[in-house]
Amino acid sequence: MGQITLEEVAKRFGEVEVIPPLDLTIEDGEFVVFVGPSGCGKSTLLRLIAGLEDVSGGRILIDGTDATDASPAKRGLAMVFQSYALYPHMSVRKNIAFPMRMAGLSKDEQDRRIEAAAKALNLTNYLDRRPGQLSGGQRQRVAIGRAIVREPSAFLFDEPLSNLDAALRVGMRLEISELHNRLKTTMIYVTHDQVEAMTMADKIVVLQAGRIEQVGSPLDLYLRPRNVFVAGFIGSPRMNLFSGPTAAEYGAETIGVRPEHIAISAEGGKWKGRIGVSEHLGSDSFFYVEETGLTETITVRSDGELGFRHGDTVWLTPNEERIHRFDKTGDRIA
Amino acid sequence: MATRQTASLARLMRAPAIILLLIWMVIPLGMTLYYSFLNYNLLNPSVTSWAGWFNYQYFYTDPAFLESIWNTIVLVLGVLLITVCGGIGIAMLIDKPIFGQGIVRILVISPFFVMPPVAALIWKNMIMHPSYGVFADIAKFFGASPVDWFAQFPLLSIIIIVAWQWLPFATLILLTALQSLDGEQMEAAEMDGAPAISRFIHLVLPHMARAITVVILIQTIFLLGIYAEILVTTNGGPGFASTNLTFLIYRAARLNFDIGGAAAGGIIAVILANIVAIFLMRAVGRNLD
Repeated sequence: MGQITLEEVAKRFGEVEVIPPLDLTIEDGEFVVFVGPSGCGKSTLLRLIAGLEDVSGGRILIDGTDATDASPAKRGLAMVFQSYALYPHMSVRKNIAFPMRMAGLSKDEQDRRIEAAAKALNLTNYLDRRPGQLSGGQRQRVAIGRAIVREPSAFLFDEPLSNLDAALRVGMRLEISELHNRLKTTMIYVTHDQVEAMTMADKIVVLQAGRIEQVGSPLDLYLRPRNVFVAGFIGSPRMNLFSGPTAAEYGAETIGVRPEHIAISAEGGKWKGRIGVSEHLGSDSFFYVEETGLTETITVRSDGELGFRHGDTVWLTPNEERIHRFDKTGDRIA
Repeated sequence: MATRQTASLARLMRAPAIILLLIWMVIPLGMTLYYSFLNYNLLNPSVTSWAGWFNYQYFYTDPAFLESIWNTIVLVLGVLLITVCGGIGIAMLIDKPIFGQGIVRILVISPFFVMPPVAALIWKNMIMHPSYGVFADIAKFFGASPVDWFAQFPLLSIIIIVAWQWLPFATLILLTALQSLDGEQMEAAEMDGAPAISRFIHLVLPHMARAITVVILIQTIFLLGIYAEILVTTNGGPGFASTNLTFLIYRAARLNFDIGGAAAGGIIAVILANIVAIFLMRAVGRNLD
């Protein structure tokens, strides 16, 4: 079991309100990702759930019982830190065994769980090494192993992949997703990388300045962003946002069109412009179109075979059904 | 950098400093070695003669010799025990954010700036004095009779004074070690269910092992040569109760004017210090690599 409910949870550091009171429910077995720009309070929120910070107001319920004042150890949660936080003078085996030793588990039980975790995480050959002798990816796996053996009711990940290089990051992302499929334990994952959020989450919580901007499935957020912030934050490359007369034409203060929903053509279309930078990835091409008179640049994503070059004149046509409209306060117009 | 020219140039540039250091070390050591085989007394300095091993035999068979070695060991171990344990405790206390942290830290470190004879005199006349010392006042306040520290517990008194002087050094080194401890590690241990005592044993102590080694090594080197504190307080007495090896050599040279005997004692002290050094490097030096 691992259902976590936040009721009116708030956090203040002195005069500064980092997290205004917020409500959130995380269902048992869900993979929830907290995402937002740096400084949005997502790590603080995770630390509040972990018990590493005290709440300034509100209640935290874990499986229905009030855990607001419980110590971190009593909450039955396991955390994987950004720096991995392995114990440098202990071998991998002892690192993984540490929480079980503290819990007073029998030696046989400890060995059994260590073997199982090491096998699942490909660490069997490294059990007697020190963390200093391991690569970044292996250290990450040790940190996850140390969390798994506790058999917690929920895992908390604090930007666990940000210290890895790009290739490893993709690999570890898959491993963590597979782990979740296998264990079916609640996971809360903090990241500033919206690709990680989109690929891993069952439910994404978008945060800005401590406020929840939107909660929903990845596709929900992509298809129906609730406001301009979420629209701009989710999706890569970013959504093109237009204001002024372009938006007024659609009866909105701001409109947004994703790069993949704009057709590009050499013959004719709605908006005329000139190619600034073009990126050819093979599978896709990205064009940054300038001199449209609408916004500074419009990003267009299209077929990888399309061969426009710098300086070419092109015509752009947005897909009318895929235009997102937002009102004066930035909220979505249904 | 690794070419042959730069390597030999580097050797050439290093040479003057190394040669100077060597001279600095070899000449006094050589002279001491030479004097230790002479009958050489300042009461009659014009008459010197070859003494062979007599000076060594004389120093070694002195009944105060073994006592002074024992006192040296007790002094060094006692001060190490107090400074390392106390240093860890104080370092952990002042590592926590408190009001007036800067001033507290300066106060903790300040004993290190007081020169040894001054510190010893303050302790002797203002703190441990049986009639107007602070300890005597405290004893009288509770109705007990004051303790005459330097007469009743001479070696313990000196251990307390020296420990007071070296506590800041240990605290400072251990504090820096403590500050470099990763906060996320402590939080991870907290989440792993480790209570404060376990976190201290399993995380803090291993993390500070290297710093503790440095404190032990450096302090041992200086504590073997403690001298000024003894001179201005107990003068080695009563009897030889607070005489360490260094002070015994001083007695031979400056009270008996026996240069030969003092030199022999000095050579014995050098040999013993080297034995201690080898033993220490073996025992605790492993933490340093």
